[in-house]
Amino acid sequence: MIEITGLTKTFKTSEGVVEALKDVDLSVADGDIYGIIGMSGAGKSTLVRCINMLEKPDSGKVLIDGIDITALDEKALRAQRKHIAMIFQGFNLLMQRSVIDNVCFPMELSGTPKSQAKARALELLDTVGLKDKANDYPARLSGGQQQRVAIARALAMDPTLLLCDEATSALDPTTTNSILSLIKDINIKLGITAVVITHQMSVVESICNRVAILDMGRVVEEGYVEEVFSHPKTEAARKLVFPESSDGGEMIIVSENQQRLIRIVFNGEEATGKPVIAQMAVLKGIEANISYASTRNIGGKVYGSMILGIPGDEETVNEALEYFKSLGVEAQEVKSNV
Amino acid sequence: MFERIFESEAVAEALRIVQSEFLMAIWETLYVTILATFFAIVIGLPLGALLVVGEKDGIMPIPGWLLSFLNVLINLLRSVPFLILMIMAFPLTRLIVGTVVGTTASIPPLVLAAFPFIARLVETALREVDRNLIEMAQSMGATPMQIITKVLIPEAVPSLISSMTTAITTILGYTAMSGIIGGGGLGKIAINYGYYRYKYLVMLLAVILLIAMVQTFQSVGTKIAIKSDKRSRK
Repeated sequence: MIEITGLTKTFKTSEGVVEALKDVDLSVADGDIYGIIGMSGAGKSTLVRCINMLEKPDSGKVLIDGIDITALDEKALRAQRKHIAMIFQGFNLLMQRSVIDNVCFPMELSGTPKSQAKARALELLDTVGLKDKANDYPARLSGGQQQRVAIARALAMDPTLLLCDEATSALDPTTTNSILSLIKDINIKLGITAVVITHQMSVVESICNRVAILDMGRVVEEGYVEEVFSHPKTEAARKLVFPESSDGGEMIIVSENQQRLIRIVFNGEEATGKPVIAQMAVLKGIEANISYASTRNIGGKVYGSMILGIPGDEETVNEALEYFKSLGVEAQEVKSNV
Repeated sequence: MFERIFESEAVAEALRIVQSEFLMAIWETLYVTILATFFAIVIGLPLGALLVVGEKDGIMPIPGWLLSFLNVLINLLRSVPFLILMIMAFPLTRLIVGTVVGTTASIPPLVLAAFPFIARLVETALREVDRNLIEMAQSMGATPMQIITKVLIPEAVPSLISSMTTAITTILGYTAMSGIIGGGGLGKIAINYGYYRYKYLVMLLAVILLIAMVQTFQSVGTKIAIKSDKRSRK
């Protein structure tokens, strides 16, 4: 259980004082996968670094299983850190050490006998599917493989908590998915609590149970992933959930003489795979033109919006609106998408 | 000055000197170079590491005045010309070796001249180590000492080997100068025969040998450095 209360951190830079975290309260339950999402500069990295005191907060408390980690002296902090594993965006493997010696590194720091450490390291490499690479050097591995080694290394000290700082940001989508499912596996099998820092919605969607949205150093929304993502209340959250729609400048669609626009909003309907737009053409004879669409499938439910160009008059538009209402989809006529 | 160096008389004499003295001179040069480099590394490596970790935001901060003092000391020793440093080091040399002349007596001034240089090379090499690796080790509860010995230095090994190669070749060059105060080696031969007695062929041969030694050290050092670097994908 992690309980963060009143966490504040400011940095002095050449351009003045930057408030990285402002009075952050957060709590993460044991065994949870907790996402912290925000734009770059929102303070997410600072926040996760305060959990293992790589960054010392100005004020506030971080309680891990009841121990206030901000109040520990160096020695006690080092002991505590052995239970808090961390994986990084850049993998941070020791490039002059072989894969197995990298996994042995934390055990070496704690004085685990060499033979015992090697045996454990092989076990862990087997878990992440890289047993055959034990004697290779990191430079010969792909990014995904390097992150797997880092995960094996993170598990070496049987941590209770795994901090993931943009752990998949340097990876391609396929590799990202495989790393995320590995983290999920670890969470389920070993019961390790994970805190996942990311700027990618997809990461939170695919593995997190709860999420906090961080904006300008503040937690602006917090809750279960489906709830937060389906009803983003704040501008910051909307920007994350529908990056395109609030972009404004990117693309503006306006109604013209020949076509009128309607906006349809999916608000958590079951994704049935029913081709709504195509069926409208078949059943009602209205051939809509998709001018803009941004939808997401979160936990089997559809969220998002579409702008449809409807050729024709008032009557056709009304007919289309009726059609969507009958399906339980919110729809209204609009003049433009902004 | 060089027009008569290949006359048969000069060549015959040079060959005689090569046979009787060069083997010993090569040995003396190697002995002085290797010992001086060794002691200079013993002092310079920890000192260089201290310059990196002892900084205000380093992993083992030391008082600011001490860091400034070390920096000034290093710059001071580096700016004194070696010839002068050698003479200034006489009291120290006498204290350690018991005499200020001879081959062994040239080691302390060499160490004195080389350790600040090595400290700077080590400093540069250690600064190149990815800071994220230090953070990684800290996140695992590594002590500052563990970070130095298990992260900073091992990760910098290829770069350190290159640096030490530079150091050893520089020290080799300095040993030649120590011939002036009676230090042995190829430098002494070059100065004694060439400079004082106008036997330029002998001087030339001694210099060629010195060049060959520098070349050998450099290419062996470079090879080892490349080979030791596990970042190469081969």
